[in-house]
Amino acid sequence: MKVYIRSAGNISPQHSLDTDSFFLSRTTTSNNYFKSVEPDYDSFIDSKMIRRMSRIVKMGVTAAITCLKEAHVEIPAAIVTATAYGCLEDSSSFLRRMIEFDEKLLSPTAFIQSTHNTVGAQIALMLKCHNYNNTIVHRGLSFENALTESILLLKEGTRPVLVGAMDEITDDSQAILSRFGLYRKTDNRMGNIAGEGAAFFLLEKDQGKKSLAILKGLHILYKPESNKAIQHSLLEFLKEKETTLDQIGLILTSHTGNKKMDEQDKELMNSVFRNKVTFPFKSLCGDYPTASGFALWMGSVILKEQMAPFWMEHGPQFPLSNILIHHHSGNSHHSFILISES
Amino acid sequence: MSLNMDKLMYKLKEQIIERLHLKDLKPENIGDDQPLFVEGIGLDSIDALELIVLLQQEYNIKLSNAEDGPRVFHSVRTIADYITANSGALKVTT
Amino acid sequence: MSSHTFVAGMGIVSAIGNGLLANLQSLSNEKAGIGKMKFLQSIHSGELPVGEVKFSNGELAAISGLSSQLPRTALLSSIAAYEALLDAGWDKSFSQRTGFISANTVGGMDKTENFFKLFSKNSAAGKLADVVNHECGAVTELVAGQLGIRHFVSTVSTACSSSANAIFTGARMIRAGMIDYALVGGADALTRFTLNGFNTLMILDKELCKPFDENRHGLNLGEGAAYLLLVSENGLNQLGKKPYALVSGYANANDAFHQTASSPEGTGSYLAMKNALDNAGIQPGEIDYINLHGTGTQNNDIAEGTAIQLLFDQSFPKMSSTKAYTGHTLGASGAVEAVYSILAIQQGIIFPNLRLQTPMKEFPFKPVSGFLRNQKIKSVMSNSFGFGGNCTSLIFSAA
Repeated sequence: MKVYIRSAGNISPQHSLDTDSFFLSRTTTSNNYFKSVEPDYDSFIDSKMIRRMSRIVKMGVTAAITCLKEAHVEIPAAIVTATAYGCLEDSSSFLRRMIEFDEKLLSPTAFIQSTHNTVGAQIALMLKCHNYNNTIVHRGLSFENALTESILLLKEGTRPVLVGAMDEITDDSQAILSRFGLYRKTDNRMGNIAGEGAAFFLLEKDQGKKSLAILKGLHILYKPESNKAIQHSLLEFLKEKETTLDQIGLILTSHTGNKKMDEQDKELMNSVFRNKVTFPFKSLCGDYPTASGFALWMGSVILKEQMAPFWMEHGPQFPLSNILIHHHSGNSHHSFILISES
Repeated sequence: MSLNMDKLMYKLKEQIIERLHLKDLKPENIGDDQPLFVEGIGLDSIDALELIVLLQQEYNIKLSNAEDGPRVFHSVRTIADYITANSGALKVTT
Repeated sequence: MSSHTFVAGMGIVSAIGNGLLANLQSLSNEKAGIGKMKFLQSIHSGELPVGEVKFSNGELAAISGLSSQLPRTALLSSIAAYEALLDAGWDKSFSQRTGFISANTVGGMDKTENFFKLFSKNSAAGKLADVVNHECGAVTELVAGQLGIRHFVSTVSTACSSSANAIFTGARMIRAGMIDYALVGGADALTRFTLNGFNTLMILDKELCKPFDENRHGLNLGEGAAYLLLVSENGLNQLGKKPYALVSGYANANDAFHQTASSPEGTGSYLAMKNALDNAGIQPGEIDYINLHGTGTQNNDIAEGTAIQLLFDQSFPKMSSTKAYTGHTLGASGAVEAVYSILAIQQGIIFPNLRLQTPMKEFPFKPVSGFLRNQKIKSVMSNSFGFGGNCTSLIFSAA
């Protein structure tokens, strides 16, 4: 069975809600975090619903609606969402008030909106969609596991499937994650930056009138024993997908500029990825556990347009048939996603 | 008393708008007797819970039985009546 | 796709005991585990009864072999997950064909609460060790690491239906032939975050909860963990074990009515139950027992009951909510109640809906009020409904 990416919707630190803008200009940041370029949500979401929504919910719902509109689908047969951190803003806000007011005089809204399935639930509520709805929250593999589930649903005949990934930066999360030494110091132009975004995809079994790309394969690797094992795993995966390295014109890597984190890429860069056209996608969306959603979107639109963004130096050659995404988050969560021209 | 009542109702409208994030509304848009829920302003059960907290925080009035909600929160006037009836000397600061 | 999925092992820790046997004993003695808070530190301790697991973190750490500094949810999860593997006779050599799909709703929130006490005043304060396992997925990975499973590890979080969703996620992967063993279920420890959250919704009963009673006043929160080891036919042969039951059907639907409340007509509940029956290929009349979601809130019980009335028409199966024993264990509840549902099939027993005095006047049926033995039970339905309209029904059948 082939899996087609019929459409996508993406809110990220880039101008990604509109593909043309993404190809034309690139945004950068001098901070150690990279927040999304957000649209005027009022034109996407009903005012009665929007008033309680935190940023992650607005980003997620808007990306989902955009994706469905593009494919002219009103009600998907399934909604599968993925988030590593969940609704941080609402969690923090309830937690802070609970501590500050010593468990007294708390209001319910932040708690209600803090559950991890809020985005999936709000999409269902907006669409009045009674169909399948699930939420995967597994760190750097949240989106990959949601994709795995979506592919199984398609195989069972549940289609089309709306699948998406989202995470948000909040002041608290940035303060805490910075203390773990994940991000560059603000005065350093090099190194890792925090990111966020929401990317949704509509998956189908057939091509329909148009589609962005074919999701040719997905391989998940949790806690690989060594860098050699990562490389071995990739080669096995490509063999299984009957795709040679020569057929892959662009590799989107998780390279961040943080020495410790990039250690994982080293072996691949010096062997399999050597002499290949690579691009570090986290330089566009920042580093967050579900950033593979951004990478899948980026790869898909490049395949669809058969064109590299104007700002990309040393881009791939066209026609371009296959793109490989190597996502890794921390040292333990790796995935390879192979997409091809549809 | 009626001046106080008007002031109280205006204050309540401001507080409701702020608390419930009704950014499209101004106090003038909410009628004193307009139903706040469903067919009126369109509030729901979560808003009712928020209003209970509002009464507690701003007016030190505890509505311990959620089932009284629909009666008390019918309109801005019914809320104001409830506040007046349940607090001793009411001071309105605008 | 047509190959069967069997339940080969079970493990559980709840307010009514640690382990399958202890839970079975409390169930048959009609002994509830809900009472005054002992381990959770909250200003509501005198006022709100809860279903606590009767061990301190130190004791749970000693049983699980994990550090007492880890989130309580991880400790509970480890204990029940290990029991399920041990019960099935699972061996580490099967790990390359094994998935671990676990659910929880707030990850390491108990530790995050400690962290925020200091952090909220000074962003440089608070021990990072207290937030390092904040994510739901981190809790799963702590246990996966201990059990030696890394072939496929995932975490599901859909509020109160979380672990029911984890169960069908594993069943789906086995049906698809991706794995032969799926350790599925969930865990949630009581936290001040969830206790206060539910308290703001004004749906916590200050007395012991009375699900499906005319005079019900809300739910009691509980905590616990439960896991099933699901296996394919291959897996079953390899284990050489008699299975407890079959996972015969499952379905998930969304109520799409409100972020927290159920629609009065129980649309989502109806669709979940109806589609699960279709998925199992059986008629409503073939269900012998329903383990109700039955939280004890006004809203849930009326919605669930209305859906049951519509779907089962006049041939109502026996039914009860075991939340009157354990409290609502949130992310663990789907799995806790799956274990009870399977025990019902295996032992031919039906648990009472404790403390039922006046059955709800809206319905022509009423839950079972006394412990029933010597029942012939072929198929059981277990309902789990949650925030965000998430509704799941699971059906287990005698193997």
